Amino acid sequence: MNIAVPIKFVPDLVEEMEIDSSTGKLDRTFMRLVPNELDEHALEQALILKERHGGTVAVITLDTGDVDEALFTAVAKGADRAIKIAGEGYAEGVTSHACADLLAEALKDGSFDLILAGTQAVDDLDGSVGALLAAKLGIPYVGYATKVVEAGGKVVATKEYPGGLLAEIEVSTPAVIGIQAAEKPPRYVVTSLVMDAMKKAKIDEAEGAAAGLEGAAEITGMRPPEAGKGAEMIDGDANAVAEKLVGILKEKGVL
Amino acid sequence: MIQVESADQFLKQVSGSVAEGERIRLCIQCGSCSGVCPFGLWMEFPPQAIIASLRAGELKPLLDTDSIWLCVSCYACTNVCPAKIPLTPGLLSSVKAEKLMKSSVPTELQDALVNARKYGNTVGESPRKRADWTADFTVEVPILAKTKKPVDVLWYVGDYPSYHARVQQVTRATAKIFKALGVSFGILGPEEQSDGDVFHLAGERGLFELLASKNAKTFEKYEFKEIVTTDPHAYNTFKHEYPKLGYHFPVRHYAQFLHAHLNRLRSLMKNKLEARVAYHDPCGLGRANDNHIYQEPREIIEAIPGAELVEMGHNRTTSICCGGGGGGMWLDGFAWEKAGTRTSEWRILEAVAAGAQILAVACPYETPRFDDAVKSTNHAKDIVVKDIAELVADALQG
Ligand code: SF4
Ligand code: SF4
Repeated sequence: MNIAVPIKFVPDLVEEMEIDSSTGKLDRTFMRLVPNELDEHALEQALILKERHGGTVAVITLDTGDVDEALFTAVAKGADRAIKIAGEGYAEGVTSHACADLLAEALKDGSFDLILAGTQAVDDLDGSVGALLAAKLGIPYVGYATKVVEAGGKVVATKEYPGGLLAEIEVSTPAVIGIQAAEKPPRYVVTSLVMDAMKKAKIDEAEGAAAGLEGAAEITGMRPPEAGKGAEMIDGDANAVAEKLVGILKEKGVL
Repeated sequence: MIQVESADQFLKQVSGSVAEGERIRLCIQCGSCSGVCPFGLWMEFPPQAIIASLRAGELKPLLDTDSIWLCVSCYACTNVCPAKIPLTPGLLSSVKAEKLMKSSVPTELQDALVNARKYGNTVGESPRKRADWTADFTVEVPILAKTKKPVDVLWYVGDYPSYHARVQQVTRATAKIFKALGVSFGILGPEEQSDGDVFHLAGERGLFELLASKNAKTFEKYEFKEIVTTDPHAYNTFKHEYPKLGYHFPVRHYAQFLHAHLNRLRSLMKNKLEARVAYHDPCGLGRANDNHIYQEPREIIEAIPGAELVEMGHNRTTSICCGGGGGGMWLDGFAWEKAGTRTSEWRILEAVAAGAQILAVACPYETPRFDDAVKSTNHAKDIVVKDIAELVADALQG
C-alpha cells in the first residue's frame, strides 16, 4: 500500500507562548515549530504498515518554516519520500480549510491508497483537516483510530469512542484515517541516520496556491487562560510548598 | 554504521570501536566483570555472557533482550578485567548502539536523546533559559557572548547545573567560590550544549559527535586559558573523547581547580562544619579512562574547618555508581522494573553505616539522586547530601 502522511507543524511549547499586543496573535519571534505529536503517531503507524505489508510511505507538509529537519528525520525512520509545498502566507499559519484544500490538490492524482493524518493538532484542536481532505477527495474518513490493519485491499481501523468503547470499521481504499495513537510510541532514529538522510535524500518541492481564509473560524482575540476560582495556588520554596501540601492532604483525610 | 548481521561481524565492530578493542579476544571468561557489575544479577547478558554468546556465534538472543539498558557505564567491569578489555566504552556501548539502530530503546531514555538533539539539553528546556539561574543572583556571572572579553576560565556549567532546581544551588555555590577566589571566568549560557558523554556511552555516537562539534565551535569563538567543568562527564569527554574528533581544549574538573587553589581557600574558609563527611567517588572522575581523581576532592573536604572525612566500604576504584551514568539518569523506571533496587540507596546505607552525617558529591547527577535515596531509605534525620562546592561555599566567611 502506498501511504501518505500529512504533517502539520505546531508551536513547540518548550518556549513560552506570548501574544503580540500589536496584532493580538501569537508572537512568532522565538517560536520553534515542531511536528504535531499525533502526526508523528500517524507516521509511526504508516511505517508499521509498510514493515508488515510492504508499500511506500511519503510525508507531506506545508512549508511553514523550519520543516526540513523533521522531514529528513521521517526519511531516516523509513519514509520513502518527503514533499513540501511552499506558498504565499504559509509561514503565518494556515487554517484547516486552506490546509485541506492544499493537501487535496497535492494528493488528488490518486497515487496513494491510504492517507494517515493525526486526528487533530495541538495548536487549534480543530480536528477537521482529515475529514475535510477526505470530503474534497471524495473518499471515506475514519477518525480517532488507534490501530489500522490491512486486509485484502481494504483497511480495518479501530476507532475510539468516549467511555472506552472501541469499534472496528472496515473501509475501502483509498481512504483517510485520523490517527489518535499508533500501536506503539513513535520510534527513535539515531542521529547518524538523520545526518545521512540530510546528505543523501532530497525533499520534493511543490508550489501551492496562496492560503485562503474561506470557511475558517476568525480569531478575534487571544489571551492566556485565567486561574479558575476554586484553585488555590501555593507559592514558596519546595520545602514550604511540600509542607503546606501535606497539611492540606491531612486536613482532607487523604493521609 | 551498518546494522550487523552476525556475531562475527559484531565482534569485529567491537574490536574497531575503541582503542585496544581487539583485546576482546583475550577474554578468559573469568566472570569478574559480571560479578562486580552492580546490575549483573539482573542482566540477561552481563559482559562475560555477552562475550560467551558472541564466541558461540549467537547474536540474536543477545540483541533480543533489552537488559543491556541496565548498564550504567560505570567502568566497574572494565576496572577489574584481568585481560584489560575496554568493556564499557567498547563492548557495552556497541551493544547499546545496535539496540538503538533497531530503535529499541526505553522511552524514558528516548525522550532525553530527542531533547538533546532538539534543544541541546537532556531536560527538554528552552536553550534560551540556560542561564536563567544567574538572574536575581548576588554574584555577577558574565556570559561570554555579551562581555566578549578574554577570561582565564571558561566555565562549562552543564545541563543539570543549569536547569535543575536542586543542582542550581550547587552551581550558585560554585560561582560564589569563583568570586571569592577572584577567578576571571565566563559561561556560555544559551550557546552551551550537552557535553554528550552519556550519549557516547549509551551508544548514540552520532548525537555525541553532533553535540561535540557544536560545543567545539562555540569554544573556539572565545579566548580562555582553560575549561573548568561542574560535571565529571563533561570533564571526561572533553579530556578523552573530544580530542579524538580533533577538538583539543585544556580542561579541569572544579575539584582539581579548587584543589590547586587550596592554600587560598584554606585562608578563606572560616565557618566551621563540625560533621563527619563521606565522599562518593563519581565514575567519571574515578575509574573512567583511569582518571583517578581521588585525592583532590578528599583534601578539599579535609581542609574545611571541622570536617572529618570518613570512608565508605566502597571507595575510589571500587566506588558504586549512583545509577545515573550511560543514560541511567533517564532509566530509573526501567531499572526499577527490571531490578527492583537502586544503587543510590545502597550508597546512602553505606554512608550511614560509615557514620557519615554528610554525603559529599562532585557530580551534578548525584545531588538529586542521593537526595531521593535519603528519603526513600528513611534516613533524612541521619544524613544530608551536599556537593563539595556547597560545603566550601558554606565555609567561606561572610
Ligand atoms: S573480566 Fe575480562 S576476562 Fe574476565 S570474563 Fe570479563 S571480559 Fe572476560
Ligand atoms: S559498565 Fe558498570 S553497569 Fe555496565 S556492565 Fe560494566 S559494571 Fe555493569
